Amino acid sequence: MEIHDVSDELEIKVKKYQRGEGADLESLKDKKLKGQLANKEDLFKKSANAAAKAEKWLMQTEEGWLEPDGLEKTWRFSQQSIANEVDVASRKNQFDLVLPDLGPYTLDYTSSGRYMVSAGRKGHLAIIDLHTLKPIKDMQVRETVRDAVFLHNELFFAVAQKKYTYIYNRAGTELHCLKEHGAVLKLQFLKNHFLLSSINKFGHLHYQDITTGQMIGNYRSGLGRSDVLQLNPYNSVLTSGHSGGTVSMWKSTSSAPLVKMLCHRGPVTAIAFHPNGHLMATAGMDKKLKIWDLRKYEAIQTLPGLAKSLDFSQKGMLAASTGSFVQVLATSDSQDYSRYMIHTMAKGYQVNKVLFRPYEDVLGIGHSNGLSSILIPGSGEPNFDSWVANPYETSKQRREKEVRVLLDKLPPESIMLDPTQIGNLRNTKKKEKPTQQETEAEKAAAIAAAKNVPLKKKTKGRSKPSKVTRKKQEGIEQAKRSFVEQNKEDGVMKKKQKRMTDPSELPVALQPFVSRKTT
Amino acid sequence: MASPVWDNHLPTQLCFTTERIGVFQPFLATAYSAFHQNVVDNRLQIKLIIMRVKVISRSADEFTRERSNDLQRVSRNYDPKLRPQEKAVEYVRALNAAKLDKVFARPFIGAMDGHIDAISSIAKNPSHLKGIFSASMDGDIRLWDIASRKTVCQYPGHQGAVRGLTVSTDGRVLVSCGSDCTVRLWRIPLASGIESDDSSDKSLATYVWKNAFWAVDHQWEGNLFATAGAQVDIWDHNRSQPVNNFEWGNDTVISVRFNPGEPNILATSGSDRSITIYDLRTSSPARKLIMRTKTNSIAWNPMEPMNFTAANENCNCYSFDARKLEEAKCVHKDHVSAVMDIDYSPTGREFVTGSYDRTVRIFQYNGGHSREIYHTKRMQRVFCVKFSCDASYVISGSDDTNLRLWKAKASEQLGVILPRERKKHEYMEAVKNRYKHLPEVKRILRHRHLPKPIYKAGLLRRTMADAEKRKEERRRAHSAPGSIPRRSLRKNRIIQEIE
Repeated sequence: MEIHDVSDELEIKVKKYQRGEGADLESLKDKKLKGQLANKEDLFKKSANAAAKAEKWLMQTEEGWLEPDGLEKTWRFSQQSIANEVDVASRKNQFDLVLPDLGPYTLDYTSSGRYMVSAGRKGHLAIIDLHTLKPIKDMQVRETVRDAVFLHNELFFAVAQKKYTYIYNRAGTELHCLKEHGAVLKLQFLKNHFLLSSINKFGHLHYQDITTGQMIGNYRSGLGRSDVLQLNPYNSVLTSGHSGGTVSMWKSTSSAPLVKMLCHRGPVTAIAFHPNGHLMATAGMDKKLKIWDLRKYEAIQTLPGLAKSLDFSQKGMLAASTGSFVQVLATSDSQDYSRYMIHTMAKGYQVNKVLFRPYEDVLGIGHSNGLSSILIPGSGEPNFDSWVANPYETSKQRREKEVRVLLDKLPPESIMLDPTQIGNLRNTKKKEKPTQQETEAEKAAAIAAAKNVPLKKKTKGRSKPSKVTRKKQEGIEQAKRSFVEQNKEDGVMKKKQKRMTDPSELPVALQPFVSRKTT
Repeated sequence: MASPVWDNHLPTQLCFTTERIGVFQPFLATAYSAFHQNVVDNRLQIKLIIMRVKVISRSADEFTRERSNDLQRVSRNYDPKLRPQEKAVEYVRALNAAKLDKVFARPFIGAMDGHIDAISSIAKNPSHLKGIFSASMDGDIRLWDIASRKTVCQYPGHQGAVRGLTVSTDGRVLVSCGSDCTVRLWRIPLASGIESDDSSDKSLATYVWKNAFWAVDHQWEGNLFATAGAQVDIWDHNRSQPVNNFEWGNDTVISVRFNPGEPNILATSGSDRSITIYDLRTSSPARKLIMRTKTNSIAWNPMEPMNFTAANENCNCYSFDARKLEEAKCVHKDHVSAVMDIDYSPTGREFVTGSYDRTVRIFQYNGGHSREIYHTKRMQRVFCVKFSCDASYVISGSDDTNLRLWKAKASEQLGVILPRERKKHEYMEAVKNRYKHLPEVKRILRHRHLPKPIYKAGLLRRTMADAEKRKEERRRAHSAPGSIPRRSLRKNRIIQEIE
């Protein structure tokens, strides 16, 4: 029995490293290609096996968990009871910073989880080193601050202030003032592409490349003011939620959204993405919290409740906050989200943002009276990769990493809904001919448009009723003519094809000359 | 900033202790416990709560180094979840690797000059990596040290052009043959005692025979060597007359090569456009293959000794399986003029060809087109090429009296490479191969500068071949179906095979 379990475990791990199914080689007729691909598949299997076996030695840190005995539910346990169980070092991660005057706080972590930037609405900015719990820089910008994000490392952060967006140094020096973004409501930083994106008061999206300073994209969302902006880490697609209940997904190279989904019956208040890329959680004013599957674009679960802020952890737990109440949902084997832990704060505290800290079992809460940090066992990824994000980075390592990440900077054209499509063949979509109904509808629409064209009123007797009607009729005839011409062309094409590609109808002498290149 | 203040408004719970307190199960490394807290409350509720909890806790000692002369600690997690968009990152790396490849592509190392007439043949010593022998049209034979690109010693003696050079199996005897009807044996100096020019007489023997010789080759393992002239003669080192000779037809034999795997089999090419395979154990030739054009040189694949590649006069190289001569295994097309010489790499995976069109090309053993082309303004007609025994260098001897040394891989870093550098090179190579079919990467990798005459000649050949094909199609369309059969290119050039 144990042997089966061990081998099953190994198989699951191997599957994780294999990154999908292998190619189907049976249908190949080219022997040379088949041999080459078979060799490659063999290599992939070997490397997946080696990685799965090495996990035992490489994954030193264990993940967190919370197991109640008996009939107790996990969400009955308070932070204090958890604090009494864990060691001193972990208890340090549970803290409360009471800063009552300077407005609701928002926070952001670096990708390694070591540094945190906190921004109070009234202009209070601070960078804190969470290993030593010491503030690196604490400053007051004396302006409304709406959002703050780290750029690629802890040296730079961008702040959305009242009129413009500013980029500051770790020492608090203002490096850049980005005027083109306007009055930004939310900022997001695309790490792989080095793009700073924002949505402003008018609902315009901006993408700026911070390595060159060039504005890559400037798009009107067309859906009004929106202060919900979230980045899908799996494919770097930016998603915004609007007051009509629609969620739209954007990429940096097109002015039309990739996807527009109607998610809620009222305004969308928060969006969050699971790190695996195909789960999205949205919350709306219709007091529903929906979990969507992004492969099929349908809601797989609906939970009751409001949520001002949502965030997924690295292990897939979902934190939702409204008012002074924070709840964390987790999936059990049934793959449905259910309540895992709750945390109620004092009545006056209004939670502004919840954010999981990477590589730690910690949830950071920014609220109207400061910042809190609570322990959520099992939410963080225990084993980090030094070459992806290293919380124990020295400055030399940080400098080297910066150079390497810049060398691997992705072009903005590589943002797509399915990032695994790179290197694959593009499916050639045949242009579908519109059906007859569709063409008729188009024709009617064109005629209606021609009828509604307002004709300029001319003076000195040039706008007699007869002339006006004649001009209108000409417009309608023009609209009809384009459709008639199209029909004629299609007819001619059909005849041509018929003539050429029917060998049985041709005389025997001409049959060898039938063009082999058929359209 | 305000100091941390504990928030005391968390809901609390009451419980009382049981015997279960303090039972630690060390192998689980958890803490069974129940906590008790007396909180004054209106309703005294006593509940029993037992739970197990663990949070991620890392100690900084495990992840930071102890002393400054230690190595930094690295922890790895290969989970694909931690690396979103890894295919896009790999694609960017492949693009950068292709560009770097082109930036570092400097294949020409140097020229060895000293000869005063065109170089007619080159020979490599199987037991000494650094030396190479070259012979020129005025009878001058030299031994070169590749590393310093200087002549080590000269072997004067031949009266006319030296047509063939070869080295014996043990690497001690150099055999040369020329158009002055002589075969000469020379002593090769040992690696240590070099730079001694005339200290002792290096000529071991001179055998005079009846006709001029065109080529010579030594057995890979054995004491015999074969010369090509009016017929194929088999010689032993100590005998002044050939021990055996083979003949098939009345035409001169222009090149000869022994098989690396089977020491008794040799292939020759004749001026009657034939390739003949002889077996020394039988007294008659084994097989003959007649093609449409003459073969200038043959090379056996050292890793697959049943295959050989023939460098033909019609600008192509044909790879054959010696057991099945009716069809070529592969046709290698890229040269625009006659291919003069061919040599395989010791890995058996690629071969180098030198052609009359002043270029040297490197082909894959099964590839229809060349992977690399080397040319210089100063290099004129290339008559002989050799792949070095460590598969890293290519030596070409040409009409302009120079031997040129090239790298086999144009952007390879020479010298001692640190293990981390090597790993990086291997990674770049692998990621480039994974995405080499995508248009941007392919465009960069494929790009080579060709001298204008060769580019134009290539275009011309292509238009001519296309025109030929079109006319063939039309002829076929205008005649009775089936009267003009389709012949594959591999068979097209072969006229017949004779047993």
